[in-house]
Amino acid sequence: MRVLLFGPLSDIAGWREQILEPASATLFALRERLAAMDAALGAALEGEGVQAAVDKALVRGDAALSPTSEVAFLPPMSGG
Amino acid sequence: MRLSPEPFEPGALLTDFCQDRAETGAVVSFTGLTRAEKGVVAALELDAYPGFTEAAILETVAAAAARFGLQDVLVVHRVGKVSPGEPIVFVATASAHRRAAFEGVDFLMDYLKSRAPFWKKSHEGGAARWIEPTLGDYEDAARWDAPKDAG
Repeated sequence: MRVLLFGPLSDIAGWREQILEPASATLFALRERLAAMDAALGAALEGEGVQAAVDKALVRGDAALSPTSEVAFLPPMSGG
Repeated sequence: MRLSPEPFEPGALLTDFCQDRAETGAVVSFTGLTRAEKGVVAALELDAYPGFTEAAILETVAAAAARFGLQDVLVVHRVGKVSPGEPIVFVATASAHRRAAFEGVDFLMDYLKSRAPFWKKSHEGGAARWIEPTLGDYEDAARWDAPKDAG
């Protein structure tokens, strides 16, 4: 599965895109996995206004993921 | 709608946009330039989510077209590093009469400055900081919300 970070999240993590194998089964499991890899990133992902998108659609709460899923974490949008 | 990693020429975009418009009475365009803020800003860096950002902007373009009765809309937005003085955003609208075209551009710019899926970093000297919309940006965008029901 492909994981994407945008804006300040990518600065905190030090990466912008990563392929994770094997894929996490759910969004919540992926969040736990990222937090275990990097506590600062885990805390930032729980920050106010951070949204998640699966295959370019915003999701609230948990979601099922597959090996082909693209998961993006989107901090509050700043406008252009 | 197009995200452009390269500089664009607003005059050329406007000329193209005005072609073949026998039924259009009004074209309004807006070009936003990157400000140096008295020499403080070396560059703005725009981060976007390809595919997602365009889709979100197109949704608002469709809403603007329906609301104001626009015939056509063009939005071009820079991504990546943009130097002071360079165009960062271009919006053009076409309509039968001028009011719709003016209001459509105004509406779309308020959306683009406050809610569009971009993340903006300001490079200042050796440092860089992420920028949030200003209170004024949010107030500008709120002008287009439905009035609150007094009841």
